Amino acid sequence: MGVEKTLGNNVLTTSLDKLVNWSRSRSLWPMTFGLACCAIEMMAAGAARFDLDRFGILFRASPRQSDVIIIAGTVTQKMLPVIQTVYEQMPEPKYVIAMGACACSGGIFDTYSTVQGIDQYLPVDVYIPGCPPRPEGLIYGINKLQEKIMAERNSFGSVIGFGERISS
Amino acid sequence: MSEHAAVGKLKQKFSDVVLDVVEFRGETTITVKKEQIVAVSTFLKEELGYNFLCDLCGVDYLGQSPRFMVVYNLYNIALKDRLRIKVPVEEKDAAVDTVSGVWSTANWPERECWDLMGITFNNHPDLRRILMPADWVGHPLRKDYPLQGPDREPYQGRLQ
Repeated sequence: MGVEKTLGNNVLTTSLDKLVNWSRSRSLWPMTFGLACCAIEMMAAGAARFDLDRFGILFRASPRQSDVIIIAGTVTQKMLPVIQTVYEQMPEPKYVIAMGACACSGGIFDTYSTVQGIDQYLPVDVYIPGCPPRPEGLIYGINKLQEKIMAERNSFGSVIGFGERISS
Repeated sequence: MSEHAAVGKLKQKFSDVVLDVVEFRGETTITVKKEQIVAVSTFLKEELGYNFLCDLCGVDYLGQSPRFMVVYNLYNIALKDRLRIKVPVEEKDAAVDTVSGVWSTANWPERECWDLMGITFNNHPDLRRILMPADWVGHPLRKDYPLQGPDREPYQGRLQ
């Protein structure tokens, strides 16, 4: 994909990219979607004590309005098609955070019914270890995703139809 | 402790059906033949007042014969009395008549038992999978089902 023509790298385009990246990374709206105990930590991170709102992170109740899906918990084989549907319903650009040991690798559930890592099915941007990770861990992971978004190139060009978004 | 009141009445009514009676720490377990389970259940509910089926589950005694047991945990709400009924099930003929006509709550536990243990329930109104995905192959709570699933190498231990 990266061989396609882009707007190029000059002062104007990189500044516009930076603007787009800044606005995207500072208003990451996650899908309201919890699977297990990690979701409790995710809720705690969203509530008053840790307050994800101060990062511009507002949980949305619809995949159509979401930018990122936080896979917060154990993914069972039975839940997998639901997660895939929700992910497919999200508009581009979309990001995936695998929160906790289960979403990263299956965790302690090395069994027939558990997906051994959501990265077998969805393109994961950030892995957050922990069982479950504390809200600080989730916030650190989100900050890493923001850094990743800030490093994207041609994000303005791809919006107006010139080539693809290039993430490093 | 004296014999449970239901045991005598059950033996009197179904003398050749009761296979075994075990009393342990105040809990009475009666093993009956699986062909008569509906008749026994109806008698226990209608005559002896065990009007609540707390749970119905399957047990896999791999290597023994009969391999499976279906366990019915009953409760008499009026007398606050519990009773456990067991039914041996052979592996070759893993099918029991449904008791969902007696206690309608048996519908879902029987679906679960079939889903996870592979014990069929004859005349069940809606025998579908309840916990596993609908397209799942096999019955994962059987002791010979591989823990990591049929299409994965079994875990050999951390140090190997």
